[in-house]
Amino acid sequence: MSRELTLRDALREALIEEMQRDERVFLMGEEVAEYDGAYKVSKGLLQEFGPKRVIDTPIAELGFTGIGVGAAMNGLRPVVEFMTWNFAVLALDQIVNNAAKTLSQSAGQFKCPIVFRGPSGSAGQLAQQHSQTFESWLANVPGLKVISCIDPADAKGLLKSAIRDDDPVCIMESELLYAHKGIVPEGEYLVPIGVAAIRRPGTDVTLVSYNKMILTALEAAEELAKEGISAEVIDLRTIRPLDVRTIVESVKKTNRLVVIDESWPFASVSSEVAYVVQKQAFDYLDAPVTRVNAADTSLPFAPTLVEEYLPNAAKIIRAVKEVMYLHK
Amino acid sequence: MNSVVEKKKMAKQQGKKAEYSKEQYLFWYELMLRIRRFEEKALQMYGQQKIRGFCHVYIGQEAIAAGMESAIRKEDCIVTAYRQHGIALGRGVTPREAMAELFGKFTGIVKGKGGSMHFFSAPNNYFGGNGIVGAQIPIGTGIAFAEKYKGTDNLCVTMFGDGAARQGALHESFNMAMTWKLPVLFIVENNGYAMGTSVERTSNITDLFKLGYAYDMPSEAVDGMSPESVHEAITKAAAHIRSGAGPYFLEIRTYRYKGHSVSDPAKYRTKEEVQSYQDRDPLKTTEEKILELGMASAEEIQAIKERIRMEVEDSVQFAEASPYPPASELYTDNYTQEDYPFIRD
Ligand SMILES: Cc1ncc(C[n+]2csc(CCOP(=O)(O)OP(=O)(O)O)c2C)c(N)n1
Ligand SMILES: [Mg+2]
Repeated sequence: MSRELTLRDALREALIEEMQRDERVFLMGEEVAEYDGAYKVSKGLLQEFGPKRVIDTPIAELGFTGIGVGAAMNGLRPVVEFMTWNFAVLALDQIVNNAAKTLSQSAGQFKCPIVFRGPSGSAGQLAQQHSQTFESWLANVPGLKVISCIDPADAKGLLKSAIRDDDPVCIMESELLYAHKGIVPEGEYLVPIGVAAIRRPGTDVTLVSYNKMILTALEAAEELAKEGISAEVIDLRTIRPLDVRTIVESVKKTNRLVVIDESWPFASVSSEVAYVVQKQAFDYLDAPVTRVNAADTSLPFAPTLVEEYLPNAAKIIRAVKEVMYLHK
Repeated sequence: MNSVVEKKKMAKQQGKKAEYSKEQYLFWYELMLRIRRFEEKALQMYGQQKIRGFCHVYIGQEAIAAGMESAIRKEDCIVTAYRQHGIALGRGVTPREAMAELFGKFTGIVKGKGGSMHFFSAPNNYFGGNGIVGAQIPIGTGIAFAEKYKGTDNLCVTMFGDGAARQGALHESFNMAMTWKLPVLFIVENNGYAMGTSVERTSNITDLFKLGYAYDMPSEAVDGMSPESVHEAITKAAAHIRSGAGPYFLEIRTYRYKGHSVSDPAKYRTKEEVQSYQDRDPLKTTEEKILELGMASAEEIQAIKERIRMEVEDSVQFAEASPYPPASELYTDNYTQEDYPFIRD
């Protein structure tokens, strides 16, 4: 039994189920309670769980994130919502210097079971400060786990796993895709952290992506199919730990890899994927690993510049033809 | 307050309290009108999808921009948040430059690169619209630091919302500004809400000006619905700051008539509350005062309105006719180094 749900409602179900299951779970962030969430992910939660467990904060990211970390160290299981991950930059001190390091610093005496979540990436013409993709930044930090997924069913299962996880987990959603629909199973289920999903099987080339770029990769795969090119599309779902096995197995089959990644190219998710593939599947590669990232620039406001900046199907198809040596 | 007679009486009393020249009143009136009409047009253009992304308008808060510009100098600096079209127009950014920017056009004040939240104008000492809530508080403090360092007697007006006042950066900045006696005028534009969150819901301290007390900073509340009050308060604060005595903090009490941004239906407040501020609308009261004090005739007021209407209309035509920045502009203005080696694979 299953039904169609939006990403927003799937995430909301995960929150409700986990809050019903465990008294220690609470939600905190800007506009999460009375306003039902800036993007309505927490709609109705205040009514159901009351102000003790659904908490509106002032605009004070560093402070309320630190409060979350302290509460997690002292036995609670906070879910901290950032209105977007751009604003979590203010809270990176607590995420990186504390949440990620509590277990190590205390030699295992204190753990930090906390979830940081919110939308990541560009969302139209929002300009430089509101369009950033920080997956690779956070994935760089030992101690953190990083999830970035827009499939409603998987996002729900992953959020539930994250809330039950004893380590700090960062979850990246997407402002543009909260209304994105997918089939979501009824009833209780979890999706394990650290396992990628094959969204489309194929034989000629592997496309690896995550978050909203997975839809762009699928669009490109559809186009390529018309030209007789069979692309396998892998949705990482979790960035850290990276599911190296699924990627490597696919590359062993297709011998070609294009990574589609909305983060900036330098030290990005695509860099890491390219590294592990050349290291573990060097002999299987028929072409250099190629990637389609956001441009190596800030994202300005004008629509022409947004278009130029972002990966799109045409850029992906061009990259695929490059690794297949199909130059026009 | 409801009848016109009473309003006129009030205007007379206020007028007696604060005697300003005809030029002064007309300056305030014109600027407030330009901002109001510009913002109304921006909303209309947003509705037609000519403008996209976020769009936070200044309608209701115009008296602050007006009273501020008359009380400071052109050489003084200003930095504020994303609700900034009005501040930029007050600084001297033209409606054409502003509207084209909202449209994302190459002729905009920042070449279509910033949009609604990020106007900047170096010739006007306008250090921008900042999209990260509270980030401009230390930045404004730093701009003031530089003025002191360079030995000028200019100040930096550092503006932020009531929501931003809850960021820790405010306290760090207040402390350093006070300790180092920096020429900074902190202004919190308290419009009662940060998105859907009222001031009362974010702190025990709802008289925001009292936040300055913790640092012994001179701090006051000001009526933001009156350009006279804003002008008076800022004139006094600016004199204090220019004397070398250090920063000053003003809580200017105002109201935004519209939602937080175009997508906010503003269900968290009552019609009556909105009306209570609109009853004291600075544009309306200033117009009444000008007429009543005989500073301009009804025909002259009409002529000003017509001129502003044309100006705003012209800004739309200009924006429409302007091109978008070419794709190659993506790689300009990221580094000052002209041949910077971007990753382009
Ligand atoms: C650091 C940060 N957190 C959250 C946001 C999202 N946000 C944008 S405006 C805003 C409300 C700010 O309210 P206030 O400071 O009162 O300014 P006003 O909109 O009333 O002018 C919020 C929460 C942001 N832009 N930056
Ligand atoms: Mg406000």
